[in-house]
Amino acid sequence: MATEAIPLNYGWRLEDLDDDEMILQMGPQHPATHGVLRVELKTDGEVVKDARIHIGYLHRCFEKHAESIDYAGVIPFTDRMDYVASMGNSLGYALTVERMLEIEVSPYVQTLRVIFAELQRIASHCVAVGTYTMDIGAFTPFLHLLRDREKILDLFEWTCGARLLYNYNWVGGLSHDIPQGWTRACREFLKEFDAITFPELMNLIITNKIFIKRTAEVGVLPVELAKSYDLTGPNMRGSGVPYDLRKDEPYCGYESYDFEVPVGKGEYGPPGSCFDRNIVRVREMAEGSRIIHQALDRLETLEKADVREKVPKRIKPPKVDHYGRSEAPRGHLGYYIVADGKGVQPYRVKVKSPCFTAMSVFHHLARGVFVADIIALIGSLDVVLGEIDR
Amino acid sequence: MDAKGIAERLAAELGDEVAGSELEGTDPFTLVRPESIAHVARFCHDDPELDFDNLMCLAAVDYPGDDSPRFEIVYVLFSYGKRHRHTLKVRVPREQAAVPSVEEVWGVANWHEREAYDLFGILFTGHSDLRRILLPDDWPGHPLRKDWEDPEFYNGMRVKPTEQMAQRATAGEQIGVGPFQFTPPNRHVEPS
Repeated sequence: MATEAIPLNYGWRLEDLDDDEMILQMGPQHPATHGVLRVELKTDGEVVKDARIHIGYLHRCFEKHAESIDYAGVIPFTDRMDYVASMGNSLGYALTVERMLEIEVSPYVQTLRVIFAELQRIASHCVAVGTYTMDIGAFTPFLHLLRDREKILDLFEWTCGARLLYNYNWVGGLSHDIPQGWTRACREFLKEFDAITFPELMNLIITNKIFIKRTAEVGVLPVELAKSYDLTGPNMRGSGVPYDLRKDEPYCGYESYDFEVPVGKGEYGPPGSCFDRNIVRVREMAEGSRIIHQALDRLETLEKADVREKVPKRIKPPKVDHYGRSEAPRGHLGYYIVADGKGVQPYRVKVKSPCFTAMSVFHHLARGVFVADIIALIGSLDVVLGEIDR
Repeated sequence: MDAKGIAERLAAELGDEVAGSELEGTDPFTLVRPESIAHVARFCHDDPELDFDNLMCLAAVDYPGDDSPRFEIVYVLFSYGKRHRHTLKVRVPREQAAVPSVEEVWGVANWHEREAYDLFGILFTGHSDLRRILLPDDWPGHPLRKDWEDPEFYNGMRVKPTEQMAQRATAGEQIGVGPFQFTPPNRHVEPS
């Protein structure tokens, strides 16, 4: 076979090192690597000369599984990629297959999808910012944020029975309608979020002098590098590019909501730093809350529809291939799906994961920083290893 | 620029390197000759009218059953400045599949190409660091190929499900239990 010409290559060898240089293995079970990520650092004292990422510890070849099950059966697999933000994964998949089948869902379903996607965004950013503060040494915010995320998970559980992996967004609809009294509970959560959680978060973390000093000049990501390495979502917006698929390629009727796209402005240092990426996430939580308020108002005026009305009995797209993407909490989540027009199974499903591309730029950012800043850097890119390894 | 304009510009500027275009369907694409993909990619990136500064996705697809068995490599491009997208496709024979790397043009291609090499066994010539990325370095073969079969053992561990394991997976269906219909508990129902 053609592939045997390439030698096995596990990492740097001793011959590759200069005097005073040392190899440091971080992970795969390091608590700050957010899962099982192995980082190989070439260090000179405290300074990192080069870094190498080794991924694949969670690989289960979901794309191969997807080729042997039908289109609806792929959705639970997508949930398990980014397990912190499952709602966004299944939404992206459902939207892509719907575009292949040319299904248009009702406004009621669209509004529900927006509500759940934004709730999931808030919950996901709670984990991102919470674990980030824990990585860099503050323990309390983590507990506060996980407490508030719990309330969102309760809302999800009440609707679809699951707290983490929902199988909620189906092709052509949703698995369950919201139960009676749900909107009121959701409004109560938002009231609390707007009045207590968000100001608390700003006071406790973002405007905290220690946090600013620790992050504002670390891990600066230039725009050109971000575009070349396809960084998206809060990582890209942290560098000051106001590109958001909800605004620029709207889906699910996002164009009819009034919200802003926060970008990193570099208030305390160069734009694109760890601080900017985090403040973008925090501001996005407030914008998410604004969108949910509007969506709940809209839900009252809309006629209640059957959420499974458009769900096809048998999904069999024509011979077509399509790359569809949506704005997941961590960036642009893309699905490239090929249908051969013969079977009820996808011929090929390829996932472009935002975390995968975010991690591929890591060695550029890591050069020349301190070992302690590596922790701050990994956390600020907000990767979930389940999605990188798939 | 719309898909027709992009395809025409590519055909006019690059001549023989472009093998054709398909403008119907959800994703219009341009077919590129395998040996010239690196040059075409560089043109797409540098040309001020196309300005494709972003590679959204690089996917490989295996077609073993066609008249000429082939891999198809799909490059989905996007331009932040012009806000347009286009797809480039490359078709290479399945035997000794090799394509020039586009890593120099878009940095993200580095890991995407490593993934395609890992799971399909396509060689990307000129790639700086073509190693396996998701699978272990000593894994035999390339699983996303359509003719892939699970090995019996990997480093002494059984990786292929035995018949007994397969039976256990379908035990419920065999005795007529399931599939289950789940109704969520409406535990917070309020009096209306």
